[in-house]
Amino acid sequence: MASAPVLSRRQLLQAASLLGLSTAALGVRPAWAAPAGLANIYPQGLEDGPRVSLAVRRETRQIAGKEAYPITLNGSSPGPLIRLREGQDASLKITNLLDETTSVHWHGIILPSNMDGVPGLSYAGVAPGEVFTARFPVNQNGTYWYHSHSGLQEQLGHAGPMIIEPAEPEPFDYDREHVLLLTDWTFEDPRDVFRHLKVAEGYYNRQERTLVDFFDDVAKHGLAETWKQRAMWQQMRMSSRDIADVTGSTYTYLVNGHTAQDNWTALFRPGEKVRLRVINGSAMSYFDVRIPGIRMTVVAADGQPVQPVSVDEFRIAVAETYDVIIEPEADQAYTIFAETMDRSGYVRATLAPRLGMAAPVPERRRIADRGMEAMAAHGGGMDHAMMESGQAASDKDHSSHAGMAGMDHKAMSATDHAAMAGMDRTPAHDMDHSTMHGKDHSAMHGVDHSSMPGMNHASPVEETPPAQHGNTLLAAGAAQPGARYDQPGIGIDPGERRVLVYSDLKAYAPWPDRRPPGRELELHLTGNMARYMWSFDGKKFSEVDGPIHFEHGERLRLIFVNTTMMEHPIHLHGMWMELENGAGELIPRKHTLNVKPGERVSALVTADAPGHWAFHCHLLYHMDAGMFRVVKVA
Amino acid sequence: MNVCVRAVAGIGAFSLASAALAQVEDIPPGWGVAMEEHHFGTLLVDRFEYAWSDDNEEALIWDFQGWYGGDRQRLYLKGEGENTQGDGEKAEFESLDLLYSHLIADFWELQGGVGYQGGLGSNDHPERFFAVIGLMGTLPYGIEVDTSFRVSEDGDVSAALEGEYDLHVTQRLILQPRAEIELAGSDVEAFGVGEGLNSTRLGLRLRYEITPKVAPYIGGYWEKQYGQTADFTRDEFGEVEGSGAVVGIRMWF
Repeated sequence: MASAPVLSRRQLLQAASLLGLSTAALGVRPAWAAPAGLANIYPQGLEDGPRVSLAVRRETRQIAGKEAYPITLNGSSPGPLIRLREGQDASLKITNLLDETTSVHWHGIILPSNMDGVPGLSYAGVAPGEVFTARFPVNQNGTYWYHSHSGLQEQLGHAGPMIIEPAEPEPFDYDREHVLLLTDWTFEDPRDVFRHLKVAEGYYNRQERTLVDFFDDVAKHGLAETWKQRAMWQQMRMSSRDIADVTGSTYTYLVNGHTAQDNWTALFRPGEKVRLRVINGSAMSYFDVRIPGIRMTVVAADGQPVQPVSVDEFRIAVAETYDVIIEPEADQAYTIFAETMDRSGYVRATLAPRLGMAAPVPERRRIADRGMEAMAAHGGGMDHAMMESGQAASDKDHSSHAGMAGMDHKAMSATDHAAMAGMDRTPAHDMDHSTMHGKDHSAMHGVDHSSMPGMNHASPVEETPPAQHGNTLLAAGAAQPGARYDQPGIGIDPGERRVLVYSDLKAYAPWPDRRPPGRELELHLTGNMARYMWSFDGKKFSEVDGPIHFEHGERLRLIFVNTTMMEHPIHLHGMWMELENGAGELIPRKHTLNVKPGERVSALVTADAPGHWAFHCHLLYHMDAGMFRVVKVA
Repeated sequence: MNVCVRAVAGIGAFSLASAALAQVEDIPPGWGVAMEEHHFGTLLVDRFEYAWSDDNEEALIWDFQGWYGGDRQRLYLKGEGENTQGDGEKAEFESLDLLYSHLIADFWELQGGVGYQGGLGSNDHPERFFAVIGLMGTLPYGIEVDTSFRVSEDGDVSAALEGEYDLHVTQRLILQPRAEIELAGSDVEAFGVGEGLNSTRLGLRLRYEITPKVAPYIGGYWEKQYGQTADFTRDEFGEVEGSGAVVGIRMWF
């Protein structure tokens, strides 16, 4: 233990006092089999590195009291916690006891491409009965995860957390830690889920707008206004309630493999600093996480340390990780509440000084209707996001909202763009449709008008030419016009509580490569909702000519323009993406970037990892439907 | 195992292999494709209903469509027909079409193939075959339409237009208005078809989705024939305008 600087003396003592409790009550492996106090940080088993063996099987397990047939890793689903230490040479052996090929991708780990675990790019995968050992030097630390990259196996629970202990002390301390791995389980065969999405648009959506909603809106906003709003969506043949493709109608949401009813409990002692390592290992579900009564300090994003941000709630996109530190003072139970973005379900865990406790579970919010930004995105009216490079919040008008037929174009000035952006945070029950026309700004809770200079209600509308790239690159780190980093996204009212946004993320210290980008690569996130076709630049993976080329050693800017009306968590393997959120030299780096509908997000990449790398939307069925590319660094 | 699956996938397997080569040329071919292309299929029985008309006729009516294929190219089988009860005659397919379908725009498929009308082997109804071309898709405001133009083996031209719309009353209760219009380019007396506008039919169905796949419904319709088509019907002492009630089930698999 002397070699474990992360464990404070206090932590050791407290852990020791909990040994009996954690072993007996949580039913995990005996505490003596693990470093003191670590046994209860995660209930699905612990595998201590640097040498780890994972046996992959398909087994019968109970989930939510029903018989399920998940993929297990060393007997548990989701799999055990793999614990490594920075500076080690990891040796992770995978034994495939399935009757089909499997693979394990170490999500967020910087390693050689032949160890990255993507069949077709790193290797052929691990055939049934075969063994593959991933060997790589561990050159980073933090909270990560691992999962299958074969077919739809991830949906069957083929995922688990990975923690890398730091070689140097971290910039924050804590007395205790817990892992919270969020997943979405379905008793359906994932192939059936995929088929349902393909053949029946909206199959899992049980929160469509109805006549009842229509009459409610008529009562609130009048017939003319309501009719106009609905007509716009109807004309586009889209649903404003299209927030999650796969919902609580089939999913059982799990935290560390446990349902909300299981009341999985993370222990603490009042006054302790507790580190929660939150991982979204879901196939399709974004979660909004909060602990009523406790303020959380975000200290790491995607495993990388960030300047502390104190929040009440954070949205975690699929495949992201956030580390938060909490200091529960009272000798009472607290609910860790993770609600899906579409409000169709939730999972909770309990934070308590003793087992057997529970705190009230908050009511779920109502599903929100998507606003103008999603419409504009879909209609190809992205021009507002492509206005002339320069300052992020210019006073330019951007009026080419081609997709918004029926819109009052005269009202769509720069001001209204801000209003549109504000729309996605207004929950359905108090949604004021008039904000869509920028007439009623008072309804937009929490929109920071002061950050939008040049707002002028009477701005005339004129065409703005798209950006001329090449010699007019934005300064490194500057947010793209069209980015909405200061907004948490659909269904969140920032006036209600302090919610983490991307503009909060600032690296703890500058990253080594400070070069400005040598070039820009713009990729449009595209889709055909009715057919469930998802793609980059309108081409599914099966339709593209070849890989995206990065020059080995180059520094480039990736720009994602989301022309769909859904969020996409974009994941690049093998290299960090430094999110250009205006944090200056403290540019934060991530492995997965959430791109909201209609948003324009950019990241700087140092192409220092030769080989073929997967690059895709991390929504499992989007990826499988074609939102996948290969990046070749050479 | 993988090879076997691909062999079954047929055409899909071929495009897979070529996609693999196109994607990353310097990767060993034995490694497979990072993300495979999938094919799907479904069968929708949009209407399977028992109808009571106001002139005391009863009939069993069906309207289905099934497809198999990828995102852009599919093979469709569509069928629509009825069996009038108590007339001593067997069922008649008003249309039974086998169509190749190609996605030509976000919401539109161009379809073409062969069609059939008749009693499928029974001698109770005359038979004919068609070349069919059609456009199927969703209009703005979410109105689903299916149009087809037909040329029979005798060179007779006809067209049909169907539209329907789903209105969510609640999450499970859905009101579906629908309309059908039939036109013909010439008189074809054997099939009771006159030149010009043949008929219009309006329907309204209220279904309850027990599951998204199984939804019983009740509804009603009103129909009217025009011009020479109506005259042919009158010659056979039939009604040229009428309405009725239906009870049925909508299912898909």
